[in-house]
Amino acid sequence: MASNIVPTSDLEPGGAAPSGFEGDRSDGSLGGVVRGYVDRLRGGDLGALPAVLGIVVLTLLFYALRPETFLTPLNITNLIIQAAPITLLAMGLVWILLLGDIDLSAGVVSGVCAAVSAQLLAQQGAPWWVAVLAALVTGAVIGLFTGTLVALIGIPSFVVTLALFLAFQGVTLRVIGQGGTVPIRDETIRGLTNSYIPVGAGWALAAAVIAAYAVLQLNRWRTQRSKGLDSQPLIVVVGRIVLIAVVVLVLTSILNADRALSKAVDLKGIPYAIPVVVVLLLVLTFLLGRTTFGRHVYAVGGNSEAARRAGISVTRIRVLVFMLSSSMAAVSGLVAAARLSSVTPGSGGGNTLLYAVGAAVIGGTSLFGGRGRIRDAVLGGLVIAIIDNGLGLLQVSAYLNYIITGGVLLLAASVDALARRRAAAGKS
Amino acid sequence: MTVPHAEAGSPILELRGVEKSFGAVQVLHGVDLKVYPGKVTALVGDNGAGKSTLIKSIAGIHPIDGGQILFNGEPVSITGPRDSAALGLEVVYQDLALADNLDVVQNMFLGRERKHGIVLDEASMEQAARDTLAKLSVRTLKSVRQLVSSLSGGQRQTVAIAKAVLWDSKVVILDEPTAALGVAQTRQVLDLVRRLADTGHAVLFITHNMVDVFEVSDRVAALYLGRMAADVDISTVDRAQVIELITAGRSGDIGLAPATVSEVV
Repeated sequence: MASNIVPTSDLEPGGAAPSGFEGDRSDGSLGGVVRGYVDRLRGGDLGALPAVLGIVVLTLLFYALRPETFLTPLNITNLIIQAAPITLLAMGLVWILLLGDIDLSAGVVSGVCAAVSAQLLAQQGAPWWVAVLAALVTGAVIGLFTGTLVALIGIPSFVVTLALFLAFQGVTLRVIGQGGTVPIRDETIRGLTNSYIPVGAGWALAAAVIAAYAVLQLNRWRTQRSKGLDSQPLIVVVGRIVLIAVVVLVLTSILNADRALSKAVDLKGIPYAIPVVVVLLLVLTFLLGRTTFGRHVYAVGGNSEAARRAGISVTRIRVLVFMLSSSMAAVSGLVAAARLSSVTPGSGGGNTLLYAVGAAVIGGTSLFGGRGRIRDAVLGGLVIAIIDNGLGLLQVSAYLNYIITGGVLLLAASVDALARRRAAAGKS
Repeated sequence: MTVPHAEAGSPILELRGVEKSFGAVQVLHGVDLKVYPGKVTALVGDNGAGKSTLIKSIAGIHPIDGGQILFNGEPVSITGPRDSAALGLEVVYQDLALADNLDVVQNMFLGRERKHGIVLDEASMEQAARDTLAKLSVRTLKSVRQLVSSLSGGQRQTVAIAKAVLWDSKVVILDEPTAALGVAQTRQVLDLVRRLADTGHAVLFITHNMVDVFEVSDRVAALYLGRMAADVDISTVDRAQVIELITAGRSGDIGLAPATVSEVV
């Protein structure tokens, strides 16, 4: 359809924008970028700031309270493995939240999917990849069902997923049966969180990630510059690359340090779950930011009527998003099962969903739809894992743990609501 | 209801006996309308006369129940926004239909993004958007990468119209484009409307403002309670007559037959 529509403009490759239109360039100087950022903060667009602040402040706090244990390589590795299933679930929920919907059943869906693959492994002796595929297909089918109820029938997602939250706990119970717990003995799946990339390969991987990021960023900057498009100053681009490089290198060196408690064993390397998270982060970020599908998800979340008038099938987008999110729940369920080496009827229940929604919102995804990025799930997931891990080290009572974690989610939601009000006030 | 004098050229868009109901309420009764290339047709009518329903029917948002839509003399079926867009019909809505959380370029290309394989071609979209805005001499935007949520009412209107121009539409339908604007911005939009027609576009221009009607229109079409009271050349009517057509459905020897008017009321 796009082929028969020819825009009026003749492109001028390599040329600058035509004259008479000088006012359209954003301020490209470093000062301009800083001013633009401050303006955005004032306008209520906080971006990653709350999550980054949260990570720094909480790390300092728990380090001050537990200096011997909190920042050890062993605990940091534990913390990151703790964060992985939360982050993976949140990566799916970001899409749902972008539409302005909610999926209260995402946690128990991860339990259902994990139970299906655990039973395939235990009862049928299926190879690991069949079990993984089965979990993903289960997730997609569940998402298709949920999405159809929400988008086609028109039941509010809150109600649909609240009902399914209960129903799927029953499904997990039925799949697992009387045994109570299905152990996972498959080495590949357990290896997600229990085996580690050799140190040399880990470093090579880290270097490759940094190099790829740098090449992509610089290439994009060069293209924008050469075509006279909106671009950031080089120093900001380089600064971002350096920041990513430092974070990746520091994390790699911590994970590659020997974290064994006794001298007799050798325990080091990056857990395999981390490349899984990184790859999904990259793939989903690409899907959301660089493809038509992602663009349409933003449009539906921002103004579904505008999207409809632009010829976007809002129903199709919503169903696909629920399928994607439930598939991510399946991945999360598998990683959680690997961490516990088993699946129980309670898998995916309890505070699993609360943690994941909290992660997305703390990371900067709005509960009101239209604003959010995949990286929010990673940053927010780390904040949640730090709180969970730190409170565990402090051995606070269970009641306090619940209250604090619930409070943090409320705080994040308040920041989101206030930011939205601020943005609305700034517009008029 | 026939046009009283011969027309130069043939209409690019023509409605014949268009009917539309929402449940038990019939909103459009056998509406006829002709829209000519290179001309601005003002569509006037009181609140509830069916102006918005009529343009939404043309746009495919509310597909018609009865009657015919002809494009270049050929009957066409418009069942969705994609159909009308494919024909070259572009509607600029009163509520603007822009997504606040997307930037100017993203909004202008919404639903028709340019791609390299599966990757969005941001560079070419940004250049085309910038070119179009430059052609319209738009200097009020800070950046084409600005979020639409940060724009003023006039800037949003400009972006919405520029979107129509970007797609090189044959028919541009504007729903009260000046309703929320100040004096200077109204001036700019009216100039823009005139320029659209002068460059060969057929413009259908919905308005409440008589000054706007007589300033830029070549033709005027008046809806009265879902019926087309008149579709005439602007030179054949004066301001009082147009107001009478809007409020009473007829004026002198033009408009609905007296029997129809009394039956409707």
